[in-house]
Amino acid sequence: MSQLEIIQLYVFILAAFVGYQVITRVPPLLHTPLMSATNAISGISLVGSLVAAGANEGQAATILGFVAVISATINVVGGFIITDRMLRMFKRTDRVVEKDSK
Amino acid sequence: MRTYFIETMYLASSVLFILGLKGLTSPEKARRGMNYAAFGMLLAIVGTLVQQDIVRYDWIIGGLIIGSIIGIPIGLLVPMTAMPQRIAISHMFGALAATLVGVAHYYVHGSSHGNMVALGFEVLFGSLTITGSFMAFAKLQELIPGRPMTYTGQNIVNIACFFCAVAIFIYLIIFPANVHLFYAMIGLGLLIGVMMVLPIGGADMPVVVSLLNSYAGLAASATGFAIGNNVLIIAGALDGASGFLLSVLMSKAMNRSFGNVLFGAFGAAAVKSTKTAAGLTVHSISAEDAAMRLAYARSVIVVPGYGMAVAQAQHVVRELAELIEKKGGEVKYAIHPVAGRMPGHMNVLLAEANVPYDKLYDMEQINPEFPRADVALVIGANDVVNPAAHDDPSSPIYGMPILEAEKAQSIIVLKRSMNPGFSGIENELFYNDKTSLLFGDAKSSLTKVVGEVKNL
Repeated sequence: MSQLEIIQLYVFILAAFVGYQVITRVPPLLHTPLMSATNAISGISLVGSLVAAGANEGQAATILGFVAVISATINVVGGFIITDRMLRMFKRTDRVVEKDSK
Repeated sequence: MRTYFIETMYLASSVLFILGLKGLTSPEKARRGMNYAAFGMLLAIVGTLVQQDIVRYDWIIGGLIIGSIIGIPIGLLVPMTAMPQRIAISHMFGALAATLVGVAHYYVHGSSHGNMVALGFEVLFGSLTITGSFMAFAKLQELIPGRPMTYTGQNIVNIACFFCAVAIFIYLIIFPANVHLFYAMIGLGLLIGVMMVLPIGGADMPVVVSLLNSYAGLAASATGFAIGNNVLIIAGALDGASGFLLSVLMSKAMNRSFGNVLFGAFGAAAVKSTKTAAGLTVHSISAEDAAMRLAYARSVIVVPGYGMAVAQAQHVVRELAELIEKKGGEVKYAIHPVAGRMPGHMNVLLAEANVPYDKLYDMEQINPEFPRADVALVIGANDVVNPAAHDDPSSPIYGMPILEAEKAQSIIVLKRSMNPGFSGIENELFYNDKTSLLFGDAKSSLTKVVGEVKNL
């Protein structure tokens, strides 16, 4: 294992640990938005896709990257919009009453 | 200089992702948190676009535009009721991107021994998530039957495929130049995804959807290892951890292990419990009587299940609850962790119907309150209120934590027919002397009840 790979492993394990700690405190109420949100964040594959599509390393790689950019963008854009739509619906009693009386 | 800029962008975006997830710990801060995360994504994209590896932008811009043209309508238009299948299909898109990046990388650069470890994980997790998610989507969308599909020797075939894939993977780490085997491994991954989801029934979907969430994240993380990019590793690890945690929570809520969910094919064969319905009678109730009882109840606990989602009854439920509250009663909602087809399914549906979230209670919070409730109103839920989980060791759901609706003063169950639930298990609650059954589609039954309550 090279030095770089060891550092990568550190990053992975620490990130997973932080993620686990934070997510343990997400209430069941928000489990669907959580899944939708992490799904949108995992659209980060877009970063890899952009490099594959733009590095000009032959037609095959460019086309593969192009399709990857499309899929990852669908994931990111759709994911963030829908998570926000979902979260907008969660209201406390006082807020619901306010809205109804308007 | 450029490298510093890029790395700063990536670091900022990683921090913003974590802050975004932290926001989800409370409904008030959640939206702001997600804005942080979206901004983080933007920074990561900007950071990537200025990399010197990127020499042409035509395909990138085209891809971003086409992806947005498809993604924006999906985000804006998909109804909340279709959320389980929407989430399943978007796992597919994420995994597809990760897998294609892996293939492109291998095609151009080939691979060293060490690099193959990352690439292998990337395309294996990626490919099985692609087809697994698509199958889950197809089942939830009812393109294919939602019931478990099994055949003899299924587990042996699945396990054989799995070991085959692992063997190829190990071989490739030693001989990374074998192109055919690399693609064979992807093919096998795609096959495993299909076969993994085939035997899984609707009621187990929450576990599978969470598990696929985790795999999609791990594929992204492996991509980060393969191309040496920390923000991918971090974001993927966050997603992987979240999916893993949710799968564990869902399995616990069903009192079953991962392995049991994946290989058990729950409800494939109707498991015979020692207790049967023979000799027991049910008490049915008319909409008028149900309305009468609900209107004068001081305290009502609503127990929603997948049946409410199918009937789209959440808006009528809220209307009924408001009427009861006007008459001086109190209404609470009891949410079982695995009610519905994904984690938190009932919460989203009720929030959509404008039910305030402080009236939604988790299982642990609400169970002590059932004995004080005048009426438990069970809407399209079955296994999650089945007392056999407590007192019948021969029942397949024995040991599963349930909502103790049977402890309420009286119980009204809205049901389509006397067919047992998804797990195919008889439910004693329906034969309880305190229980009255209101037969029919949940939405039309409730609409009648609402009409009657208004007339009182």
